[in-house]
Amino acid sequence: MQGLISNRTLLEPKSLADALRMLRDEGPLVPVAGCTDLYVSLNFGTLDATRFVNLWGLDELRGIRVRGNVLSIGALATYTDIIRSPIVRTRLPMLVAAAREVGAVQIQNRGTIGGNIANGSPAGDTLPVFAAADATVVLRSADTVRRVLFSALYTGYRRSVVRADELIAAIEVPEVRGRQWFRKVGTRAAQAISKVVMAAVAADQPRIALGSVAPTVVRLPSTEAALAAGASIADAQRILLDEIAPIDDMRSTAEYRRRVAANLLARFWNERKRG
Amino acid sequence: MYFTLNGKRTRIDAHPMKRLLDVLREECGLTGTKEGCGEGECGACTVLVNGLPVNACLIPLAHAARTRVTTIEGLGGRHPLQRAFVELGGAQCGICTPGMILAAVALGPRPSLDRMRTGLAGNLCRCTGYSAIYKSIRKASGSKAMRKA
Repeated sequence: MQGLISNRTLLEPKSLADALRMLRDEGPLVPVAGCTDLYVSLNFGTLDATRFVNLWGLDELRGIRVRGNVLSIGALATYTDIIRSPIVRTRLPMLVAAAREVGAVQIQNRGTIGGNIANGSPAGDTLPVFAAADATVVLRSADTVRRVLFSALYTGYRRSVVRADELIAAIEVPEVRGRQWFRKVGTRAAQAISKVVMAAVAADQPRIALGSVAPTVVRLPSTEAALAAGASIADAQRILLDEIAPIDDMRSTAEYRRRVAANLLARFWNERKRG
Repeated sequence: MYFTLNGKRTRIDAHPMKRLLDVLREECGLTGTKEGCGEGECGACTVLVNGLPVNACLIPLAHAARTRVTTIEGLGGRHPLQRAFVELGGAQCGICTPGMILAAVALGPRPSLDRMRTGLAGNLCRCTGYSAIYKSIRKASGSKAMRKA
């Protein structure tokens, strides 16, 4: 059942500064952008919040650009914006691959990168990409700007260091050297939430991140170090299994996720020199 | 709040967080847009906002302000896609059809089968098995009257 709509308030900031002031002075407020996660909760009556701040019109958060060899993606960039961006295609093709597998075109046209990060689901499709790419999240409040390593953003299941008066303004990705790889395993190609999702970079020091196998997206530092030191794939798979903590849930089982995660590691490693 | 609905400037006085789906059906009396799942999975409520297909069940009215919204009624009943869906059995029970046709409009002229499959992946049909839908789109897209909304 939908909650009572008349109980809800939507604040309409005219600028980013305006939105940040509202978050500081008129909170608590739930920031909303593409609303693709929000309305699922609202339609099913599982969200108690009643006060929202509408970010969708704040075009200053929409840009995708390169500054000093760092790719900066505004929080309001949609998956469609990312798929169409020549800059992202060139510099971060694994993000384009992830964006193409989010929902289907209707969701890709509305869902935003900032929303995927803020929602913080361990199954978020783009999150392993940012973890593997050593990205940084730009957090702004009315009075401060701070940059947090993506790998330090989440503190637990759907918990992060983002304060109630802060917004995710952008995500910054340094140049990625090495072949990028992305694979989402779900029930079907479109509209499915992942059972396991992996992003990785093949280099002398490989970088590997997995989603849907722990309370947050995870990097696999021990597995990476083993591969860098020349370990066999079988040994690396054993190490990987110690670095993840999947659960049984409505989408899959812990056992299936362990097996698929190990298989994905082998697939990535075998494909790293192809093409 | 104003938006352009099927080519007409339209004023709506409703809560800014009312779903675009409910605004279309209840405030505008346009019941061609259907509610299926209410969670962005099935695409039955697909409409075009500024030419892009979106799920009207996931959009607050506030986000439709100053946009161009196209619903199935905006195609007028004689659009090549509508005719082809009727002629070739692309529509059976009909619940998915308005959303399916609007997603097909957004494919533009002469889409490949691969593009049709990707572009309609967010529109579920439990009757047709999709083949008749792809045939309908192929037939319509060859027609001279096919145009983008």
